[in-house]
Amino acid sequence: MGIPLSYVLRNLAARRLTTFLTAGGMALVVYVFATVLMLAAGLRATLVATGQPDNVVVIRRSAQTEVQSGIDRLQAGIVESLPDIATGSRGTRLVSREPVVLINLPKRETGKPSNVTIRGVTEAGIELRPQVRLVEGRMFRPGTAEVVTGRAISGGFRGAGVGETLRFASRDWTVVGVFDAGRTAFDSEIWGDAEQLLQAFRRGAYSSLIFRLADPGRFDAVKREIETDPRLTLEAKREARFYADQSETLAKFISILGTSISVIFSIGAVIGAMITMYASVASRTAEIGTLRALGFSRGSVLAAFLVEALALGLLGGVLGLLAASFMQVITISTTNFQTFAELAFAFTLTPQIVLASLGFSIAMGFVGGFLPAARAARLSIVDALRAA
Amino acid sequence: MFFPLLVARNALRHKLRTLLTVVGIVVAIVAFGLLRTVVDAWYAGANASSSTRLVTRNAVSLVFPMPTSYAQKIRQVDGVAGVSWANWFGGVYVTERNFFPQFAIDPATYLPMYPEFLLSDDERKAFLTDRAGAIVGRKLAAEYGWKVGDTIPLRGTIFPGTWSFTLRGIYAGAEQSTDESTMFFHWSYLNETVKQRFPRRADQIGVFIVGIRDPARAAEVSAAIDATFRNSLAETLTETEKAFQLGFIAMTETILLAIRAVSFVVIVIIMAVMANTMAMTARERHAEYATLKALGFPGAFIAGLIAAESLAIALAGGLLGIALTIPVAAVFAGAVGTLFPVFIVAEGTMLAQLAAALTVGVVAAIVPAWHASRVPIVEGLRAVA
Repeated sequence: MGIPLSYVLRNLAARRLTTFLTAGGMALVVYVFATVLMLAAGLRATLVATGQPDNVVVIRRSAQTEVQSGIDRLQAGIVESLPDIATGSRGTRLVSREPVVLINLPKRETGKPSNVTIRGVTEAGIELRPQVRLVEGRMFRPGTAEVVTGRAISGGFRGAGVGETLRFASRDWTVVGVFDAGRTAFDSEIWGDAEQLLQAFRRGAYSSLIFRLADPGRFDAVKREIETDPRLTLEAKREARFYADQSETLAKFISILGTSISVIFSIGAVIGAMITMYASVASRTAEIGTLRALGFSRGSVLAAFLVEALALGLLGGVLGLLAASFMQVITISTTNFQTFAELAFAFTLTPQIVLASLGFSIAMGFVGGFLPAARAARLSIVDALRAA
Repeated sequence: MFFPLLVARNALRHKLRTLLTVVGIVVAIVAFGLLRTVVDAWYAGANASSSTRLVTRNAVSLVFPMPTSYAQKIRQVDGVAGVSWANWFGGVYVTERNFFPQFAIDPATYLPMYPEFLLSDDERKAFLTDRAGAIVGRKLAAEYGWKVGDTIPLRGTIFPGTWSFTLRGIYAGAEQSTDESTMFFHWSYLNETVKQRFPRRADQIGVFIVGIRDPARAAEVSAAIDATFRNSLAETLTETEKAFQLGFIAMTETILLAIRAVSFVVIVIIMAVMANTMAMTARERHAEYATLKALGFPGAFIAGLIAAESLAIALAGGLLGIALTIPVAAVFAGAVGTLFPVFIVAEGTMLAQLAAALTVGVVAAIVPAWHASRVPIVEGLRAVA
């Protein structure tokens, strides 16, 4: 026969300060654990959402990012003549030759410079990214020194708001619009006319070619065609894969750092739980003796104390998760190690993170509660009753 | 003698509880110290920079190069003692996981400007005379087990193709804070190969390193260099080496901020644990404190008793934690390899650890001490733990 759950929970309520402090310590650990996982998940979600499933990115072989890559006009022409490229709404082929460079801009608040991606796009390039829509102003006119900025850039960097001008490549560029790319990496970019940018930066080569497949199932064949053509030194990747790869280093760095920190921190919280549970056992020695004398088995006593510790852990876990869930309103902007460019992303709470955090908190409660519960179960009835 | 003895006896009454609390504080203090050291390691490049070196880069961003002819013009600027240059190579050694910085440099001018890279005369000569030669830092050589004479193949990401270098020397850092995980090779070797393969990209330079005579004139010289190239195709931005390095750090500032914030969270966590210990201890001794009061000891004495016990436990944990931080940091540095070129526990970090431990001790004692000093004698004697 088990000891009723209400008895167990009432013990926690009886020592409010101690319960609060112990659960508070655990809540902080869970908070750190959850926010770090949310950060890594947010980064991945942003970059995974950036790529369209049937778009293909072509960059120079062995270049890891668009900025490192270079594709001359001759090679671009060969790729553009592939028969597998889809046709857009205006009857033109959906392929975009894009120069991508980094420019150093000062942040609006601190004035500290950071690298921002600037991408030259064509009309087809805009059609290739249906998630992008203007939220302010208008689109740049082709053939002019006009640019549009992503939502994260227009607010975050000086001179990037509508009506302001940016100076780079010995020219002034007027910002005529702001676009929202639905929380993807494009939110952290500046877009202008591809040919204008190419001339301004005096580049002879594009950085990447983006096209849509008429038949998404033909990707492998197209990839083989591009990569085995002796005239081309290029490689093709699915756009979704291309952007997902760019999140790997930073996401891994954040999760490894965060998980090791959480594990170290949890030692502190587990010790807190252990102290609390030992004290709980010590001050209730007579009570335990009574329970045993009433006929409750050692197993029931062990279970009761373990459940108490687990409930303590769960309480901490729920509190920590609650605090962490408020972090979802915050957007983080930092430099992605792989592209060396600014990238904005939000904390994202996924069901897996909720489960992992609750599991982690219960595990802390279990580890902290096991030894004290075992001590409680080992007490002999007579000694325990005499302790009163 | 009576007061310290009473405190010590009290602290050791629940040996297990005190031990657990001390262990908790040790863990927290070590974690706090490690996190602060990680932040310091981030700043290592900026701290190791010299005040007599300026860095000139393309004003647009580092991605854009400058023509080689700029070297001559920079040399003519008043106050400039020497000019050298470097290109970021961005090669991959075997797999993408093996990241380390590689620079194509002009050794004859570069090495004299970086006296902190110590190289034996033989190795220096061997490196200077072999166009396909390279030197690497001691830490990097240890990580990949390279010996002088080995061939190091790199796959270029910015400069396509496979590049082979012969290791001609392993440099050591003059200071503990010198970066020993970088690879240097000849810029002329890179440039000649680029000239054959991609003529458009030849004779271009990523950054110029400018040696100046008088550090006090850094701002003036920087402005003079930038003025020389104003309205040219490649306008420049010149800043001190420190500002240049800090620019990189600023880009990842958010992450640093998070690590800093988290390093304080661990202190708050342990504060909760310690406060819990003290609250429990004080609650159990309610009757005792009332007895002491009945004997005539003032409330302040009892408050002092609790505060001293709390401080003693926190200090024990703190000192043990500080002592453990150094070996733990050494193990950590070994595990992460060349990710952090410099990983040293600073004196400031130890002081911060001590301050954190003391704060934990004081804060944990406040509520129980205040409570115990004010409790009426009668109620205290009546209390059952």
